[in-house]
Amino acid sequence: MTPAISPVPADSETPVLFADDLVKTYEVGGGLFSKGGTVRAVTGVSLKLAPRKTVAVVGESGSGKSTLGRMLALIEPPSAGHLAIDGIDVTGVDGHRLKMLRRSVQMVFQNPYGSLNPRQTIRKTLEEPLLVNTDQTPEERRAAALAMLAHVGLRPEHADRYPHMFSGGQRQRIAIARALMLHPKIIVLDEPVSALDVSVRAQVLNLLADLQEEFGLAYVFVSHDLSVVRHIADEVLVMYLGRVVERAPKEAIFADPRHPYTRALLSATPVADPTRKRERIVLTGELPSPFAPPPGCVFNPRCPIAFDRCRVEKPEPRGSATHVAACHAVEAETM
Amino acid sequence: MSLLEIENLTVEFETRSGHLFRAVDRVSLAVDEREIVSIVGESGSGKSVAMLAVMGLLPKTARVSADRLTFAGENLLGLSPSARRSLIGKDIAMIFQEPMSSLNPCFTVGFQIGEALATHLGLGRAARRARSIELLEQVGIPSPESRLDAFPHQLSGGMSQRVMIAMAISCSPKLLIADEPSTALDVTIQAQILDLLVRLRDEQDMALVLITHDMGVVAETAERVVVQYAGRQVEQATTIDLFRDPHHPYTAALLAALPERATGRRLPAIGGMVPGQWDRLAGCVFAPRCGFALPICSTEPPRRAGPELGRALCHTPLVAGRPVALDRSLDGVPA
Repeated sequence: MTPAISPVPADSETPVLFADDLVKTYEVGGGLFSKGGTVRAVTGVSLKLAPRKTVAVVGESGSGKSTLGRMLALIEPPSAGHLAIDGIDVTGVDGHRLKMLRRSVQMVFQNPYGSLNPRQTIRKTLEEPLLVNTDQTPEERRAAALAMLAHVGLRPEHADRYPHMFSGGQRQRIAIARALMLHPKIIVLDEPVSALDVSVRAQVLNLLADLQEEFGLAYVFVSHDLSVVRHIADEVLVMYLGRVVERAPKEAIFADPRHPYTRALLSATPVADPTRKRERIVLTGELPSPFAPPPGCVFNPRCPIAFDRCRVEKPEPRGSATHVAACHAVEAETM
Repeated sequence: MSLLEIENLTVEFETRSGHLFRAVDRVSLAVDEREIVSIVGESGSGKSVAMLAVMGLLPKTARVSADRLTFAGENLLGLSPSARRSLIGKDIAMIFQEPMSSLNPCFTVGFQIGEALATHLGLGRAARRARSIELLEQVGIPSPESRLDAFPHQLSGGMSQRVMIAMAISCSPKLLIADEPSTALDVTIQAQILDLLVRLRDEQDMALVLITHDMGVVAETAERVVVQYAGRQVEQATTIDLFRDPHHPYTAALLAALPERATGRRLPAIGGMVPGQWDRLAGCVFAPRCGFALPICSTEPPRRAGPELGRALCHTPLVAGRPVALDRSLDGVPA
């Protein structure tokens, strides 16, 4: 039997982001006549990210991928577990030190229409992080904002315009520029290109690749789009109902998916090749309610290969140091 | 004779400044019975507006003109409102991108499905209920009896889209227009919905027009494809031909920009963006972004190539990735 592995494999490069067994629960409901409940949005997620690397978090809505992204970006405090950014443990840190840590992680959101203040010019938007976090002079801030605009492929005359004067792709460039203003080490990208058209999407993905090289950034790329993930990621975490069901380097996930959910997700993703024979693993039903996750493996009600053990016993993540899947069937296969 | 015949459909909108904005520019399309045709394009390509014009769902500010717009031999342009009402929803039905906002939140699912049955088929209460249960079963909703009394907010996105489809097929339409039916849904649910639409096409002998921006969905579902750009139809071909050898530079660039077709770290993005209301050129609308553009492209509108070249709207359509001149007068391009 393969021994249970430690949650995060050791590797030579110092991680800029280290998460161990992160949990996020929310207390909900509890109205006048009903008892409240606890939703476990994220359960036991561990990851490690080196500079210039991209880890992709993949899953459907309700998988907890965005909650994980928000925890890593220090927007939501984890309910349990450890999170270290740049070697500094975030748990229990508050006040000034937390503010300093926040400079190292920035976030870019899905909807560039909603994430920019419509009443601020682009220059103001870009200067704001500097105004809040540094004691630079107005001239320095202005110069920094204009320089960053050029970095993301916009022109200096754009600086005094308002968000509504830009297209979706340009707004996403502005949101990326804003995230870069404090020269962070990590950027959490929550579905950054899913609201964009194909031709513009390619431009923004190229920009992200260029900026990663230039600034040595580490990306946490939250997405549901596997074709984009395949292009940009180094490592992939597949999440289902708050849990990581499979974690592997990109090549392994796409060439040798082990977890039945990963396989189903891959087979459901449309491929732009009409000659391809499709062998679709059809998942019946939908994501169960996170209030009452099914006993045993959370995926068992929709799993095409579930057997009795899956309905009672929770599978532990198992596999090699780099490729881990939480599934009884996989375990049986590799034993 | 085809089921739906559109010849040179043009839709213009009166803008506030009194100008006319041409959203759809001389689009032609014929849909045969039992055929799946996809209209693909980015935002602003006029793909939805063209189909809304067929349905007669455009606002009063729209001016619709066409050389021919017939459904099963009947002229849709000169149709009286009451004659149109008896056709729309019965023989032609449409489903939309956002199932959650397409359903009326104030009425139960059963009531909303029953409306079409009462209006078009004149069914009584009991017959409506029986038929509604049958329809919900057909679109794969578990325990349909209990779902009849559900309100839209009690349904997930995938379920809402199934209800929309049940409403659309309730009168056994000859043509179903699906406007981005799976875009707002998760991939595994998207696969279920697309499979459902294809299955219904087979069972119900209806034709399907699938509006989408996703080349993967096109490749897996459609038999024939129409590519639109900035209101114009730039190419039309069978799905196999279009993906094997795209003839219009826009189609070729769109396919090349897909992350799954990329070979290197950088994607071959299309520079610039879709032209807006004021910056459409006299010549070819794609010329400013086209890698093969010649001086003539920005001054003279291109002619349409023959069906062997995918009816490409281009001065120099591509054959195996290389431009060929339609006119011998073009210098430097092999004829």
